Amino acid sequence: MSGSILAIDDSSSIRVAVKTALSSAGFAVTEAANGADGIAKAKANHFDLIVTDLNMPIMDGLTMIEELRKSPAHMGVPIIFLTTESDAGLKQRAKAAGATGWLTKPFDPAQIVKIVKKVLGQ
Amino acid sequence: MSNAEAVATFLVEVRELFEQIEQGLLDLEHRLDDRALIDSIFRSLHTLKGSGAMFGFEALAQFTHHCEDAFDRIRKGEAVATSDLVSAILAAMDHMRAMVEHPKKNHGATSQKLLAGVHAAIAKALPGAGEAAPGSVTWRVKFKLPTNALANGINPLALLKEMRDLGPCEIVASDREIPPLDQLNPTECHLTWVVTLTTNQPRSAIEEVFIFVMDDMSLTIESIDGHAPSEPADASAAVAADAAASNITGEQPIAAAETAGSRPAENRTGESVRVPAERLDELMDRVGELVIAQSRLRQLAASSQDVALRSVSEEIERLSNELRNTTMVLRMVPVGTLFSRFRRLVHDISHEIGKTIELTFDGETTEVDKTIAERLVDPLVHLVRNAADHGLESPEQRLAAGKPEAGQMCISAHHAGSEVIISVKDDGRGIDRERVRARAEQQGLLAPGAAIGDSELLQMIFHPGFSTAQKITNLSGRGVGLDVVKRTLETLRGSIDLSSTPGKGTEFSLRIPLTLAIIDGLLVRVGRGRYVVPLSAVEECLELPTEMDLRSQGRNFISLRDSLVPFIRLRELFNTGTPPDRHQKIVVISTGNDRVGLVVDQIIGDHQTVIKSLSKLHADVATFSGATILGDGSVALILDVAQLLALGQWQEAQMRIAG
Repeated sequence: MSGSILAIDDSSSIRVAVKTALSSAGFAVTEAANGADGIAKAKANHFDLIVTDLNMPIMDGLTMIEELRKSPAHMGVPIIFLTTESDAGLKQRAKAAGATGWLTKPFDPAQIVKIVKKVLGQ
Repeated sequence: MSNAEAVATFLVEVRELFEQIEQGLLDLEHRLDDRALIDSIFRSLHTLKGSGAMFGFEALAQFTHHCEDAFDRIRKGEAVATSDLVSAILAAMDHMRAMVEHPKKNHGATSQKLLAGVHAAIAKALPGAGEAAPGSVTWRVKFKLPTNALANGINPLALLKEMRDLGPCEIVASDREIPPLDQLNPTECHLTWVVTLTTNQPRSAIEEVFIFVMDDMSLTIESIDGHAPSEPADASAAVAADAAASNITGEQPIAAAETAGSRPAENRTGESVRVPAERLDELMDRVGELVIAQSRLRQLAASSQDVALRSVSEEIERLSNELRNTTMVLRMVPVGTLFSRFRRLVHDISHEIGKTIELTFDGETTEVDKTIAERLVDPLVHLVRNAADHGLESPEQRLAAGKPEAGQMCISAHHAGSEVIISVKDDGRGIDRERVRARAEQQGLLAPGAAIGDSELLQMIFHPGFSTAQKITNLSGRGVGLDVVKRTLETLRGSIDLSSTPGKGTEFSLRIPLTLAIIDGLLVRVGRGRYVVPLSAVEECLELPTEMDLRSQGRNFISLRDSLVPFIRLRELFNTGTPPDRHQKIVVISTGNDRVGLVVDQIIGDHQTVIKSLSKLHADVATFSGATILGDGSVALILDVAQLLALGQWQEAQMRIAG
């Protein structure tokens, strides 16, 4: 089983980490550098799942999630956000915006694969 | 105080303690979270342990220590009291008593076993403390996702799959919270799931499944008992899960689980309740009333603009249909119970007349209304006797005809739509047409030499006083018989057909409705009156064009796919005195091979008909078999199909005679 995944983060090192982990598990990963870039790519192609950072320039993750959920095409697409342990309030806000789940930073490759597969039911 | 005295005091005290602990445990069973009770049991156990150690009951003290420990953990909130634990401690209590009464005996083995039970129970009572849980635990996980879960990318199927990965489980979805269609937002999730999961994973593993949604949803996870389901649940779980996914599962399993507080997988087949037949009749009556009330509601709703009223009306219509069907099924008995008595009858007959008869049955499990089954006994006895006596030849005749010596007789039953067909078949000589004709002519039923169809000729044998038997035997042939059978069938709204091949055998087929009380009917209008035609008899409905109506005056036949079908103008038959409708319709009714068309002014639609019998005054009125009450409270008469068919046949015969 596999699928297509959109990974959004302003830090290229995190994007590479996400991409490497998921690619080696058989997923096709597309990268985007911020929320606006993410929305553009999400609208251009279908993705089975979106992994996004929250704190990004130009458009942050929360706004992007809210925007995506407004369009019927992106309603129901699982969105996993990356967060740090201390951000309990942020977690709540991201879920309110429409996020599906989260992954706590720092994470290792096995963790992100596990979470993605869990959410996709694989 | 000497030591012996102290021990004696201890023994008295210890019995009181046992009493207290036992009472406490029994109360706790009903109030598992009663802190005061838990504290008091803990104190009693603690005293028991301390005193036991002081007065030389070392084994008791050690044993009690484990129980005390268990309650200590509950007291501190590390574990919760469960009924499993209560049972385990109660069993341990009995053992403590034995240890006090027989201090010399070796209690080691029993102690070990009971302590294992206590430990297992406490391990299960620890939230998330799976590391201590030996073996599998069955959990009941009830959850309802947040309504926006689907929109937010939560896939319920993924959650269910994750749970299935933990162990065998049975999944039941409840759709009771799904709002009516007009208020339903398809992106919202309104299903509630109950998953009975048996797993060796800790509770935290189940919680892990819901990690992303746990804060926003209702989720209860409770252990229901310590052992795995007796059946391998995989297959049924898969089915249940699929059903849950496609949201077609009924709610009953959940309701059962909630009331019984036990696993919904419990196998309840084979349980039955005996109910007096009158109560079933009463129930059927009530259902009948309900159906009438429901059709009034439907009529009200249909003429109303109120969408909510319509939706309630549809809901009630569906429920009352289901209730009707369920009630009907309650009254059903397999015809096998009816058939079995013929074994003896055929045995006796075959000895009496010196014929060997092999009786076989088919379709014994076919179910039929109990009342009908009882009233079918006499007709069937008659047919079986007839077949044995007239139908089957003597052994010599059979051998001469190249047939096996033993005559074959088969009684079979099967469903056909809303009817049951029961047939009695033999492989005897068949009906002798010449003798039937001779007898019919002799009785004046048939003009000598008149042309008559084969099936009409065979129908002659149902006339009163008709018998072709050359000699009257003890069994049959006295001329009372088939006409009675036919009449009985008609009172049951059934009919009888026969087919017979000379030299090969005869088959009588009884067609009977599944139930007597309620039928599906076709509501028609003739003049200003409304009538119900039993739907099971309706073959088709056609238009009677005006020009054809005028052309056929006096002849009253229509050509239906190359065969002539007589029709009856109900308007004339009932003397309505109204002009015919511009677009009259013909309802073609049939039983078996006979067909007749009924000309009506309008076909209104189908109507669930609760049959009310006519009063004694009207009991002799032919053409009507009963009455029913329509939605608006008015009465509609139910047409008697058999009588109308006979009328049609007569009309046909008249025409043939007229040439």
